[in-house]
Amino acid sequence: MVEEIGTTDKGELIINVGPQHPATHGVLHLVITLDGETVRKVEPHLGYIHRSIEKMSESLSYRQFIYATSRMDYLSAHINNHACAMAVEKGLQLEVPERAQVIRVLMGELTRIASHVLWWGAMAMDIGAFTPFFHAFREREMINDIMEESCGARLTMNYMVPGGVMYDIHPNFHRRVKEFIAQFKRKLPEYDELVTGNTIFRARTRGVGVLSKEDAISYGCSGPTGRASGVDCDIRKVQPYGIYDRLDFQQIIGTEGDTYSRYLVRMQEMRQSLHIIEQLIDNIPEGDFQAKTKAVLKVPKGEYYSRVETARGDFGVYLVSEGGLTPYRIKYRSPGFSNLSALDHTVRGQKIGDLVAIMGSFDLVIPDIDR
Amino acid sequence: MFLTRYFSEIAEAVGSLLKGMRMTGYYFTHHKEIITQQYPDNRATLVLPERFRGEVVMTHTDNNEHRCTGCTACELACPNGTIKVVTKFEVNAEGKKKKAVDKFVYHLELCTMCNLCIEACPTDAIRMAQTFEHSVYDRSQLTRILNKPDSKLQEGVE
Repeated sequence: MVEEIGTTDKGELIINVGPQHPATHGVLHLVITLDGETVRKVEPHLGYIHRSIEKMSESLSYRQFIYATSRMDYLSAHINNHACAMAVEKGLQLEVPERAQVIRVLMGELTRIASHVLWWGAMAMDIGAFTPFFHAFREREMINDIMEESCGARLTMNYMVPGGVMYDIHPNFHRRVKEFIAQFKRKLPEYDELVTGNTIFRARTRGVGVLSKEDAISYGCSGPTGRASGVDCDIRKVQPYGIYDRLDFQQIIGTEGDTYSRYLVRMQEMRQSLHIIEQLIDNIPEGDFQAKTKAVLKVPKGEYYSRVETARGDFGVYLVSEGGLTPYRIKYRSPGFSNLSALDHTVRGQKIGDLVAIMGSFDLVIPDIDR
Repeated sequence: MFLTRYFSEIAEAVGSLLKGMRMTGYYFTHHKEIITQQYPDNRATLVLPERFRGEVVMTHTDNNEHRCTGCTACELACPNGTIKVVTKFEVNAEGKKKKAVDKFVYHLELCTMCNLCIEACPTDAIRMAQTFEHSVYDRSQLTRILNKPDSKLQEGVE
């Protein structure tokens, strides 16, 4: 039930945070019940950026509906597109060429680093450190340049098509990624020095916003948010897709479940993603970048589900086909929505000042929650 | 016990502050690390990758010929209804009626630069241009007709 903004009989204060608030990184509207400085209840209100992508997809063909998922979790657009392309490929029983598989994973991991780097800057800014944001954007810009050169766009790439990728990688791709690896390896210790080791940052995050393993499971938290609480939920390990089962990397699992733990998991994940890129960049096989497909795709009647690990967690595409030119129904399982639902539980009893830190550590992307 | 912890925490905080300041000092003295581009002033030297998707344009030869046959494959491929191909019938030299493009209407304001129309085009008539400064005062200026006036279909394109 929505309560009136103001003071309750018990002397609790009900206030709005958002929809236009610098710390919510989008149009997230939270109605917060406060007892003094202690948060008693957080109620997220959604609907400010609803675009009915699922309904819209029902009138689009199997090639067309993929572009809209770049606009959901715009920071892991590649990985979202990958999930959609995989769902269609499952339906068509299409074999994706090896080269396309490798390019997909490479692009996905670059996206993951770009997303985590942006999160790192934004998280530090939420807590009050402004400089890390610029450091983060320097490395992110390198990835965006790589994307721009190979995919033609910086954020909403629409690079994955059913059967492979849209174009082959750019001739400069190899050199650029090598440059990025060298740069990022040099700069990651700087990140740790600036934020991870900072006393103020630790004091603000350690023991704040603890989410237990049981709660993380029952709220359906996934991605770094779930893993920081000790849930092994990395889809790349639990249910490998693409070529992830052949790659050498670790699933980072935290123990504490607090804000600092969520921070550390993401920092470690960047290193793991870098490790994956290093394995693949010299071993891109020759061959086709796209399987031969018909001009008009018709997915046979049936239900298909594909799930991937985006930078925020478990992203699922549930596709129902009646055999026609367009999907009968599409349902997206977005990680942001489940992670947000755990926010109320996590923030209760904490101070209002910590709310922003906790929200930052959840890495919420609003268009992903409210699609 | 409490006092020692209190003071060691302060010392640690000052230490980590100095660490951060050291990095600030490094970037203050190393100007080569600055990566900011002075955007509106560097327009002359700004190079965008050739694959960058700014807007859809139709390629024309020097003789004002294009390669669009008016097959409407791009119109069907577009997820947003950005493209509308208006066709007409032309009588060719042999006296046969032939479908040709009359107006290739492109709504830039609806376009999401997904590149699906370019992928769908069988004759490579359209391509993505690298222009990106699309702001105008009136929305109607964003609706464009891509085939130039009096342009013809290039010889040999079916």
